[in-house]
Amino acid sequence: MVNQISVFLENKCGRLVNVCQTLGRENINIRALSIADTSDFGILRLIVDQPERALSVLKEEGFMAMETEVIAVEIPDSPGGLADVLHYLEEAEINIEYLYSFVEKPAKDALILMRLDDIEKAKKVMEEKGIPLIGGERIYSL
Amino acid sequence: MWNPKRETMKREELEKMQFLRLKQTLESVYQLVPHYRKKFQEKGVEPGDIRSLEDIASLPFTIKDDLRDNYPYGLFATPMDEVVRIHSSSGTTGIPTVVGYTRGDLEVWSEIMARTLAAAGGNHESVIHIAYGYGLFTGGLGVHYGAEKIGGTVVPISGGHSKRQIRMMKDLGTTLLACTPSYALQLAETIEEMGVDHRDLQLKSGVFGAEPWSENMRRVLEEKLPIDALDIYGLSEIIGPGVSYECMAKDGLHINEDHFLPELIDPQTGEVLPDGSTGELVITTLSKETLPVIRYRTRDITTLKREKCSCGRTHVRMDKVSGRSDDMLIIRGVNVFPSQVESILLNMGKTEPHYLLVVDRKGNLDTLEVWVEVSEEMFSDKIRGMEELERLIHEEINSILGVSAEIKLVEPKTIERSQGKAQRVIDKRKQ
Repeated sequence: MVNQISVFLENKCGRLVNVCQTLGRENINIRALSIADTSDFGILRLIVDQPERALSVLKEEGFMAMETEVIAVEIPDSPGGLADVLHYLEEAEINIEYLYSFVEKPAKDALILMRLDDIEKAKKVMEEKGIPLIGGERIYSL
Repeated sequence: MWNPKRETMKREELEKMQFLRLKQTLESVYQLVPHYRKKFQEKGVEPGDIRSLEDIASLPFTIKDDLRDNYPYGLFATPMDEVVRIHSSSGTTGIPTVVGYTRGDLEVWSEIMARTLAAAGGNHESVIHIAYGYGLFTGGLGVHYGAEKIGGTVVPISGGHSKRQIRMMKDLGTTLLACTPSYALQLAETIEEMGVDHRDLQLKSGVFGAEPWSENMRRVLEEKLPIDALDIYGLSEIIGPGVSYECMAKDGLHINEDHFLPELIDPQTGEVLPDGSTGELVITTLSKETLPVIRYRTRDITTLKREKCSCGRTHVRMDKVSGRSDDMLIIRGVNVFPSQVESILLNMGKTEPHYLLVVDRKGNLDTLEVWVEVSEEMFSDKIRGMEELERLIHEEINSILGVSAEIKLVEPKTIERSQGKAQRVIDKRKQ
């Protein structure tokens, strides 16, 4: 299980910079990020090396931030790799709220981060299908 | 109860007393204040025509402009050597209004504020933290007099420096807090930010006034602080805080009827409304010396209740003020009170009441934007969740106010915090 930090941002100049500066100043390293947005606001999702500290420094800076659990799976960085994983989840009727990916160095496998409605069930499915889940510790220290 | 003899007076006796005092007040303004004599004469009435409390309906109203037009001392009914204090209301619309007090007026003010604080559980053992502004504003000193009168320990801290306020409350063992409801909320947030444990505070109750606030705001304050949060009401033109106050029944504010005679009128026609109606509160002072005021239109919208209260007090109760005719916005022909929006947001049970109404005009059409700060309880990391929230707020406002508003979710602390009165509206149509 991986702890992800989500931050509410208004769509206006300088907000993303402020988040990154705050984390940089505190020596917190960003491992992966994604932004979902509407015309008015966005939600920034971050994987960092020190999630708990990130949450508290962001809140201290006045950001609306929260911690959520996502799962990380490692899939071969080749055509069809993601399709298999998604198919297994669909079969098990697990909904994906959102997902984003990043590629490990050196780029052999891809990491997919997923927010799901039923994490426990998803873990079982992945286990049965032999798809490795990556724990938080490894992701934070990539 | 501070003064049970007065506060539980039988209606009959109370009305007899009110009538005698009314007659005295009318004689005095007719003799001593040219403005009133002129206005009475224009209406063809003399003090002698008033033979019952109901007859007051034949007298002319007094409005805020009358105080401005007679600035500074034109409405005073005592010679200046008897005036021992001046206060002034913030002149948001130009010329301020000035009010004066004799020693006797200050004594009455202390008395009614003593009743107010006693009704909130205050007594000689209380440590009373007064975070209303001190100075020309009546809030600070008004509460101060009452607090001294009941023999409490007064902490005249005034507004600002929230962290220091919390530290002092903790160190001094404050039991009773007096400030505006918006500042109380700010203090509650500061307590959370500082990570102060409520068990380290001795706070039991709070009296909050100078701006209208809702039942929902009470719920939030009582939960966050946690205390009994009571509403107090007053206006400088009448005396300042202490015109009316809530008791622990929290079911309306008792008007100090031995000093103030309330009426409720239709703001459009000026007609006196029957009990139970909602309308504008009108007050005639019964014991003021320097600045007696006849049928003052407060612009505050409320309801009067004459049934006996469970606390035993017989004085009439007014509901929490639900809006001000001054604050009333007319948006596309619909009357909107900012307090309605506050109720909606709090009723949804998710948002802290930090909001701002931005009214503008595009072409010939009024537009309303409602800015709402995203709170911990409402934040979801799914776009769908946030959009759902916007939609819900939009729908509630549409169904309750009858106006369509654009909802804008903003980051915490985006909307300016006030230490005095909260600014809830920006009306760009007036700029």
